[in-house]
Amino acid sequence: MAILIDSSKRVLVQGITGREGRARARLMKEYGSQVVAGVTPGKGGQDVDGVPVFDTVQEAVETVGDLDISVLFIPAPLVKNAALEAYASGVKLLVIIPDRVPIYDVLEIAEAAKESDARFIGPNTLGVLSPGKAVVGMIGGRAASAKSWFFPGPVGITSRSGGITSSMAYYLAQEGIGATTLVHVGGDAVVGTPHPDVLKLFEKDPETRAIVMFGEIGGSQEEQVADLIENGEVTKPVIAFIGGKAAKSGTRFSHAGAIIEGSRGTYDGKVKRLKEVDAVVVDAFGDLPRMTKLTLEKHGIKL
Amino acid sequence: MARLHEHQGKALLKQLKIPIPQGGPAKSSQEAKRIALEIGKPVVIKAQIWSTGRASLGGICFADSPELAENLAEELLESGVEGFLVNTVLVEERVAIEREFFASIIIDDQSKSPVIIFSSHGGTGIEEIAKEQPQAVQQHIIDIQLGLRDFEARDMVRRTGIQGKLQLSIGAILVKLYQCARKFDARSVEINPLALTSEGKLVAVDCRITIDDYAVYRQPELDIEVAREFDRPPSELERIAWEIEKNDYRGTFYFIQMEDGFSKGEGMIGFHGAGGGGSMMSMDAVMARGYKIANFVDTSGNPPASKVYRAAKIILAQSGIDGYFASGSGVASQEQFHSARGLVKAFMEEPLRVPAVIRLGGNAEDRAIVILERAQSFVPAKIEGYGKDDSPDFCAERLESLINTHKPSNSDASSFIHTEAITPYTFPTVTNGKVTFDHAACSTCETKICIETCVPGILKLENEVPVLNISEDEAAKGKCIECLACEIECWFDGNRGGRIELPIPGLEEYQAK
Ligand code: SF4
Ligand code: SF4
Repeated sequence: MAILIDSSKRVLVQGITGREGRARARLMKEYGSQVVAGVTPGKGGQDVDGVPVFDTVQEAVETVGDLDISVLFIPAPLVKNAALEAYASGVKLLVIIPDRVPIYDVLEIAEAAKESDARFIGPNTLGVLSPGKAVVGMIGGRAASAKSWFFPGPVGITSRSGGITSSMAYYLAQEGIGATTLVHVGGDAVVGTPHPDVLKLFEKDPETRAIVMFGEIGGSQEEQVADLIENGEVTKPVIAFIGGKAAKSGTRFSHAGAIIEGSRGTYDGKVKRLKEVDAVVVDAFGDLPRMTKLTLEKHGIKL
Repeated sequence: MARLHEHQGKALLKQLKIPIPQGGPAKSSQEAKRIALEIGKPVVIKAQIWSTGRASLGGICFADSPELAENLAEELLESGVEGFLVNTVLVEERVAIEREFFASIIIDDQSKSPVIIFSSHGGTGIEEIAKEQPQAVQQHIIDIQLGLRDFEARDMVRRTGIQGKLQLSIGAILVKLYQCARKFDARSVEINPLALTSEGKLVAVDCRITIDDYAVYRQPELDIEVAREFDRPPSELERIAWEIEKNDYRGTFYFIQMEDGFSKGEGMIGFHGAGGGGSMMSMDAVMARGYKIANFVDTSGNPPASKVYRAAKIILAQSGIDGYFASGSGVASQEQFHSARGLVKAFMEEPLRVPAVIRLGGNAEDRAIVILERAQSFVPAKIEGYGKDDSPDFCAERLESLINTHKPSNSDASSFIHTEAITPYTFPTVTNGKVTFDHAACSTCETKICIETCVPGILKLENEVPVLNISEDEAAKGKCIECLACEIECWFDGNRGGRIELPIPGLEEYQAK
C-alpha cells in the first residue's frame, strides 16, 4: 500500500496541452501512473500522447468514467476555477502544481474541498510519488531517474520543500531505506494537506512503519504534528529535520513560505515541541539517513 | 508580502468608508504646508517608512502652524529617519484620542481561513494585553464564502465588554475592514490604534496593510513596484531582478540583496540557490565557514536557462564578491543542464573572475557538470561542478579552498565573443531576446549540433543551415524556450554561428556606475 497515489488511481491532467502539462503527462505515464484523460478548455478532441483531451472535466468524466485524481498544470490565475470545476465533477483529490496562486483563491478551494469531502495537495507542490507504483506531479523528473533513485520500503516521506522531497528519498535510498510514498505538501503558507494531515494518512497505512519529515520555519505545521504525537493520533516513529536555522527573523526566503510569526513558527520553538513528544530531531541534514536507520532498528522495523 | 505605506493603506480604508484622519501625503515641504493649511488645525507629520517604533525614532512630529509643518516636513524629507530615506510624509489633523482599540485580519494556515482579531485595548503592547486580559482580545474565524457578517462582528465586540452605540459602530467598521482585506487581496490588515475621539467619532489613526504577492497582478491600481517583502525600499539590483521575475512566469526567480557596498576580501559570497529548503541548508554550509552571504537568489520551479542566466548576471554585478556558490536541494527533478547552460553563458560573457562552486545534483547532472567543465577554458577563475552525491558542506569546503588559492589573473577579457554575423538569420524570443544564426558560419559547420540539442526541437536544416521549423510567431510566443543550446553547445561543438541576446533592462547602466 501507499498513500494518495498508486497505479490503480485514474488520473486527469488539467492543462494537458501546455508546455509542462504535455511533458509531465508523458513522464507520469512512463513511471506507471494511469493518465486517462486531459482537459484544456477549447482544445477538446485533441490527443496528447494517446491521452484524449476534453473541454471540461464533466465531459472527461462522462466519456472515460470516474476520475480519482486531477493534477493541475495551468497558470496560477486560472487555478481556482479549474479546481472548483474538478470538485464539481466529483474528483476527490487535486494536486495543484503551480506556484503563485493568490491566497484567497486557495482559501476558496479549501472551502470547496471541505464541502465536497475532498482534498488537495499544494499549491506550489512537486506532487506525490509512491516508489515502484505511480507519480502525480513532477517528483523525480524523468521516469528513468525516478526509477533508479527511489524504491519501495517502510518509510513515509513528507516535506515542505520540493527539492528536499527527492533529496531525502534519494539519500535514504543510498542508505538502503525505501519509501511507501513521498509527499511534497507545497511551499506556500496555506496548503491543502499540510504535514499533520499527511502524518494521519501515513498512520493509517499499514506498510508505512516510520515517518520522515522535512519541516521549515514559519507556520504551525510542525507544532501540530507534535500535538498529534502527544495525543496519540500518530504512534509511528517520526524523524524530523527543520530547515531555516540560519534565517533571520522577518526575512522570508523564497516561496518556502518561511515567515516567522511571533513565537510560533521559530526554529527553536519547533525543535523543542517535537523533542518534547519524543520525535527524533536531527540537527544536520546529512545525519538524516543514519538516524532514520538507527530509529528503524530500534523499533525492529525491517528495511 | 508587499507592504503598503501607511498613507497607501489609509487610502484603501477610505475607499471602504472606514474613517481616517483628514490629511494626505506630501512629497515636498511646500505640499506639506498646503495640506496643513487646508486642515486648518494642529497637525501631525508622519514619515512614511516601513519601520516599527517610528515615534521613538523621531519619525512622527507635531506642528501647530502650517509654517512649522513645512519646516518639520523639510527636515524629515531631507535627512530621513535613522538611516531610512523618507520620500513621503503624511500630514494629518491631530486627533484627540479618548480611547484606543485594535483590529486586525490575518490568514490562518491551520483553519485555512481569514481570522479577525479585535481588542478593546489598542496602542502598543497588544501582545501583552492578549496575555494579561484574554477576554479583551477576541478572535473570529471568517467563512470565506459568507464573509464577515454584521452580527458576528458585533458579537465579537460584545464579548470584549463594549456596549451600546459604540458596539454597533465598531462592528460596522470590522465588517468593512474584512471587505477591504478581501477586495485588495490583503495578507494582513491592521488598524492600531482604532481611536475613539473626544468628539465620539471612530478613526483609524494608523494602519498597516500587506498585499498578497501572488495577487498583485489583479490589483494594478495599487501600483506595487516590487511585490516582495522588504523592510526597506528595494535596491537597484532588486528592481532589475523584479522586472525579470514579473515578466517571465516560467519558474521562480527571487533576489534579495543582504549586503551592499562591500568590496573584495570581505568574504562575501554571491549565492545562487534552487528551492527554499535546499537553499537554506546550502547557505548554512557557506556561513559555517565564516563567509557572509551577499545576496539570496532562488531560481527554481523548472526555470528556463535564460532565467538562470539573468540571475547569474545580476549576482555577478555585485563586484565585491569573493566567490560564487550555487547549490540547491541536491536531487532536483528538473534537468540540470538548463541551469548549467544559463550559468556558463553568464560566466563566459562576464567573464567569471572569482571561483565558483556549482552543485547541480539531479536529473541529467552528468551532462550539467560536463557543460561547466567545458566552460572552464573560457574563464579566468576556477569553476567546479558537483552532483547529488556531494553534500553542501563538502561543496562549501571546496569553495573555501578555491578562494584561498585564487590568484586574480591579468587576462581578464572575455574570450567568449562572437564575430559579427555575415549572413544573419534571426528570430525574437519570448523575453525580448533575439536568436541569431550566422548562416555563413553554419554552412561550413560539420556537427550542426544545434539541431539535435535544441530541447523543444524547433530547428531544422534547410540548405545545410538551421532555420525554424515553426513560424517565427510561435517561436516568439514561447515555443523557443530559450534553452540556450544553440549558443552554448554550438560554441563548444559547432562552428560558433549560433548566439542569443537576452536583455536585462537596467543592468548595464548599473554596472557602469
Ligand atoms: S551548431 Fe552552430 S554553427 Fe553549427 S549549424 Fe548550428 S548554429 Fe550553426
Ligand atoms: S532555438 Fe532551440 S536551441 Fe535555441 S534557444 Fe530556442 S529552444 Fe533553445
